[in-house]
Amino acid sequence: MLEQFTSIGIFIFVGLGFAVSSLLVAWIVRPKRPNPLKMSTYECGLETRGRTWIQFKVSYFLYALVFLVFDVEVVFLIPWAVEFLKLPWIAFIEMFIFIGILVVGLWYVWKEGALEWK
Amino acid sequence: MSGMASPVIFWVLAVVTVGAGLAVALTRNIVHSALFLVLTFIGTAGFFMLLEADFLAAVQILIYAGGVSVLLVFGVMLTRHGNIKLSNPLNRYKITGGIVAALLLLLTGGLILYSEWEVSPEALREQESTVSAIAVSMLSEYVIPFEAAALLLLVALIGAVLLAKGVKHSK
Repeated sequence: MLEQFTSIGIFIFVGLGFAVSSLLVAWIVRPKRPNPLKMSTYECGLETRGRTWIQFKVSYFLYALVFLVFDVEVVFLIPWAVEFLKLPWIAFIEMFIFIGILVVGLWYVWKEGALEWK
Repeated sequence: MSGMASPVIFWVLAVVTVGAGLAVALTRNIVHSALFLVLTFIGTAGFFMLLEADFLAAVQILIYAGGVSVLLVFGVMLTRHGNIKLSNPLNRYKITGGIVAALLLLLTGGLILYSEWEVSPEALREQESTVSAIAVSMLSEYVIPFEAAALLLLVALIGAVLLAKGVKHSK
């Protein structure tokens, strides 16, 4: 099985190497003549006013949490889906109970209006 | 474990993971800490791959590097802070922290040294993937904990909504 991960490892290294080498080549060949306008964060567009690190709305966090809950659900779904044909039929019902419990959660979040953007 | 590659991969992973873990504690900017934490999670996933626990490695990346880190960054965004460059300061609990760390090291080190690392005969069998074994035991022997996990997720969801929105008082 480690051989299968070796291909993932090669993929990661080639990907990283491509990004690093193209940045390195650009750094070597490009002319370096900085001026204040060129060094500014926004070359075009509006300048920010006031602080940029402000407190965000709690809705972002709720979205992230709902995402995380269903992310965990997917993790439980994967083994079930992979072995679906070999599992007994009762596993189908078990998984539907599992999803059913989480759908109650989704219904509650929906009902409370936590998914609405105001 | 095949050939000479495993120890090399292990040490590279170990250096990256421990280095990223140190950076989480030592960087002053809490957003950078969160990003280094993602690197620590990915390093841990690498260890799971090295141990041929492919499902755990996928879970580690999907849940921790993908989900928990997003939650953490949003958590940082929610807090009100002055200068972001000084948002993760070092505190003065040097002696207390040292004692706690030493005790933890002693405990985990002792457990590792005095454990009998028995290898089950199942592990010797050449397995395609750990997913099928997990699926079978999850949906037959451990079905109650599996459904309890759904309840736990439900409670987390409802609790978060209640904390964020507040309890509605009925008239």
